[in-house]
Amino acid sequence: MSLDPATVRRIASLARIRVEEAEVATLQNELNGILAWIEQLNEVNVDGVTPLTGGAQMALKLREDVVTDGGYPDQVLGNAPDRIGDFYAVPKVVE
Amino acid sequence: MLTDLTIEQARAGLRAGDFTAVELTMAHLHAIEVLNPRLNAYLDVRHDRALDQARAADAALAAGDARALTGIPLAIKDLFCTAGVRTTAGSKILEPFVPPYESTVTANLLRDGAVFLGKTNMDEFAMGSSNMTSAYGPVENPWKRRQDESAVLVPGGSSGGSAAAVAARLALGATGTDTGGSIRQPASFCGLVGVKPTYGRCSRWGVVAFASSLDHPGPFARTVRDGAILLGSMAGHDPKDSTSADVPVPDWEAACTRSVQGLRIGVPREYRMDGMPSEIDALWRQGLDWLRDAGAEIVEVSLPHTKYGLAAYYVVAPAEASSNLARYDGVRFGARTDGAELRDLYERTRANGFGSEVRRRIMIGTYVLSAGYYDAYYLRAQKVRALILQDFTEAFGRVDALLTPTAPSAAFGQGEKMDDPITMYLNDVFTVPANLAGVPGISVPAGLDPNGLPLGLQVLAKPFDEATMFTVAAALERAAGFDALPTLRAGGEG
Repeated sequence: MSLDPATVRRIASLARIRVEEAEVATLQNELNGILAWIEQLNEVNVDGVTPLTGGAQMALKLREDVVTDGGYPDQVLGNAPDRIGDFYAVPKVVE
Repeated sequence: MLTDLTIEQARAGLRAGDFTAVELTMAHLHAIEVLNPRLNAYLDVRHDRALDQARAADAALAAGDARALTGIPLAIKDLFCTAGVRTTAGSKILEPFVPPYESTVTANLLRDGAVFLGKTNMDEFAMGSSNMTSAYGPVENPWKRRQDESAVLVPGGSSGGSAAAVAARLALGATGTDTGGSIRQPASFCGLVGVKPTYGRCSRWGVVAFASSLDHPGPFARTVRDGAILLGSMAGHDPKDSTSADVPVPDWEAACTRSVQGLRIGVPREYRMDGMPSEIDALWRQGLDWLRDAGAEIVEVSLPHTKYGLAAYYVVAPAEASSNLARYDGVRFGARTDGAELRDLYERTRANGFGSEVRRRIMIGTYVLSAGYYDAYYLRAQKVRALILQDFTEAFGRVDALLTPTAPSAAFGQGEKMDDPITMYLNDVFTVPANLAGVPGISVPAGLDPNGLPLGLQVLAKPFDEATMFTVAAALERAAGFDALPTLRAGGEG
């Protein structure tokens, strides 16, 4: 499977990464190189194999649904680009 | 010199009053001042904070309240969030980020009295095998080729700064993270011990995420025993990480003194690769002889899906990365590049904030998770991952541990292997399967190549059986008697 320039632009758009027109050809080459190399996975017979999501061979634990932390808005907002009172002030993100 | 001590020796010297924690920390801060401008191993040195911690350690020692690491100066990979200390993950996008909290692993080290010298350089978001993808410049490997002392070699990656710092005697030990080999490969390149424990042993809470199902925090040290001391402090159950294992932490220092007599050591035949340098194959055979001489039984085993490990990894890791790194959008924290409208702000922020390797992996991850391709790539890779775990499970039904080379080469030059991404990816061929399966692994310095560069051997063990891993690693260390030193080191020629 080989990516064309339009698909490269679509992936970049889905990933929210700006790609200049001059970069598309290089990216197309690199991504196609990696994807062609990944094609070797098609040699493996995976019939009936249950996919493995992670390295942890354990059941997830349950815990009480209680508040155990918090109450320090200044620390939480320490990295905020801007604030209004105890709220993050950000560009409009809901249209 | 104080900077040449092992952690075990420093711990004894501090308790005996041979020197103070302040003296030990000052010796390291001085060495950093001399060598770091050249090595670029530390991104941020915390002189005053380290001395405050050292003074507190001296007070604890005087009060008879010494803990496992009281007064031991360490380097911290810049992927671990450290409260009030900037944490960049080697990326421009986190350039302004000062975490308000401490990662669980570093909190554990502080609880045990460690002194933090500073934060170390790394490949951006831990994506790389050379430290060349850092937004803050490459790291120089303190080791030099005998025939060509002028060549600047890479320390490996992604934890390249931590490895260079410990090798050059700019810290007694360091933290790293290993997603596909990022502790074990730089340990091999820098003549160090590097430990990737079982998935779930060390909490990932407060560690900047790359690929959550593959990320493993672990230590760098100059001896196997020091690795056991550090891991003993870093490990333990953490309710804040849902994948943290609630299992007891055994005495791994004791494991280092046990005999390998009667242990069964597997040799996976698929790790014998075409084109592997003959000295690596020879060192591997030597390692097997050492273990046989120490009383272990050597058994040939098969891990038939080994050759597909890398390809499966380069689907799963970018997929998880594309999801984890979606949070860096320039809105609530981190660097922002303004745009004409919201979408433009996102796209410019991420194009400017991420380097080329990170952008490439996010795009691969986005593609393999996208509608129509998910089954063909991501689901298939997860099934291959299951087969790789099954290979290990079957092998560990017959043997106690596996011995393999750590990396397919010694340290290479800055700028080499940069022609296409896959050449760099091949560095991780022997280390990636353990990340996919979650089994513990350690790299032990075992010999030198014809250029005088260190080479490591890797021991893999059953999940949560780091004890056997340390026993085998310590036996290799005793037999190898590795005592070569890097050219650039505190008090050395550098």
